Amino acid sequence: MSRRPADAFLRVASITSVALAGLILVAVVGVIVAGALPGLRTFGPWGFLGSAIWHPSSGQVGALAMVVGTIGVTGLALLIAVPLGGLTGLASGWLLPRGLAGLLRLVVMLASGLPSIVVGLWGLTAVVPILAQWHPPGASLLAAGLVLAMMTVPTVALIVDSALRTIDQQQRQATAALGLSSWGALAAVGLPTLRGGLLTGGVLATTRALGETMAVLLVAGNVVQVPGSIFDPVRTLTAGIALEMAYATGDHRAALFVLGLIALMVVMALLLTLRWLVRDDGTGAGYV
Amino acid sequence: MHIWVRMLLTPVPTLNSDHPMLNLFRLCALIPLVLASAASGAETRLTLTGSSSVGPLAAEIARRYEVAHADVRIDVQTGGSSRGVTDALSGRADIGMASRALKPEEKDLTAVTIALDGITIIIHRDNPVRNLTRDQVIALFTGKTVSWSAVGGPDRPVVVVNKAEGRSTLELFLHHFGLKAEQIKASVVIGDNAQGIKTVAGNPDAIGYVSMGAAQTDADAGVPVRLVSLDGLAPTVAAVGDRTWPISRPLNLVIKGEPNGHAAGFIALARSAQVNDLILDLALVPPPR
Repeated sequence: MSRRPADAFLRVASITSVALAGLILVAVVGVIVAGALPGLRTFGPWGFLGSAIWHPSSGQVGALAMVVGTIGVTGLALLIAVPLGGLTGLASGWLLPRGLAGLLRLVVMLASGLPSIVVGLWGLTAVVPILAQWHPPGASLLAAGLVLAMMTVPTVALIVDSALRTIDQQQRQATAALGLSSWGALAAVGLPTLRGGLLTGGVLATTRALGETMAVLLVAGNVVQVPGSIFDPVRTLTAGIALEMAYATGDHRAALFVLGLIALMVVMALLLTLRWLVRDDGTGAGYV
Repeated sequence: MHIWVRMLLTPVPTLNSDHPMLNLFRLCALIPLVLASAASGAETRLTLTGSSSVGPLAAEIARRYEVAHADVRIDVQTGGSSRGVTDALSGRADIGMASRALKPEEKDLTAVTIALDGITIIIHRDNPVRNLTRDQVIALFTGKTVSWSAVGGPDRPVVVVNKAEGRSTLELFLHHFGLKAEQIKASVVIGDNAQGIKTVAGNPDAIGYVSMGAAQTDADAGVPVRLVSLDGLAPTVAAVGDRTWPISRPLNLVIKGEPNGHAAGFIALARSAQVNDLILDLALVPPPR
């Protein structure tokens, strides 16, 4: 280790930053657990995880339907966003000539910067009425999935795009020198990189979709039920907290904190699963 | 000075207002102002928290009070009637806001009614239904009537828009129709009045219930919603005013003990006829004075 003062300073600064970030996380989890304890004492863990009926004012606090809603909405969004975002990223990072690629990249960047509430209002005033004509009530799992896909396609596209652009011109020229066609080159060096980009983009899209509250609250219908089809309304855990927290007192409030705790566990479980799926297999693809 | 502070705190609509850098920027920009205000020490702060139904009116009255008293800065924060009551009790707010009467266990507080608001049933403007009876409303909301054709509308499915649990509008609606929360078969659950009106405006099959003030203001502005008559009685500001409209509620300021200083001044202004124009602008009803 170097003894230069600048290095020492950087070391202290980075350790302090890490400690601070860790401390904030511990504090947040601590507050959620402390708020949830009274609820867990009153209703018991199975009051939450053993039932799908949510009527906190009459003592029924089943959270299963909201867990299903959260996972369903996120899953549907990924199902749409990963292929669409991947193809968009492939176009701007590999297929298109430089000028067009730059233009596409600019559009995607603009789309990724749209505030989520604006996307939510678009969903409420444009997507939901169209779905309502086709398959009432319109506000549904499908509407929430579409709105979240709209928000996450740019994330996936940008990650795939930047991953593909790390392949330098020399490598592409080398594939040409070896006599590979441009599609052959894509298969040889493009696709392995694309796969890594898709996985990383998918994980980032998942965290964004899981955490999104307001846009989903506007279009998902928020009825607490296990959906029978994608046209049924659903409520996510985060939307449940946002809808009721301002008006909740006593046991109701404590039950909402337990929802927060469950949301935290769902996020952790999904991320660990993804990490396991994306574990390093020697191709260098899984850099999450 | 408070206008500057408010401008800085207002989210910039074209940017992502969640962006942490933006908050940091606002915070930094505030520092000299906060220091200056601490140094001068002349400013009095008055904090109001509570019901989002009372909030808009309280904010208008606050603006008027600030114009008359340049040394006072009034903060109006919304978060539900329960919060208004809790904050007034704990002293976190100088004045609480509640869109309901006080409960017996809240006897430490005094309520001052500054306006009345009705709860009205709304449908989409394209729905030909004009009037519903009490029994029809109950059948629609409990899922016994599943098509609009049963109440004189087109043969389309009924989309029931309900409020989230704990909201005082929901409690009042349930109480008037003698229903329990579990009995309502909702297709969409919404939070505040604005979301309810937007949801009904976007769905020709929807039926919901919201604050009459909010619904009338939006319908007048061209939003495609219609306020439905109940048992032949038209939902009007006048019907709320003469207490013939059956579902209405007081918009209250709640205080602990005897108010003094600017809190007393604010309440005096809020209950005077000088704010009638503000009340009527929001399609609310001035209380009997």
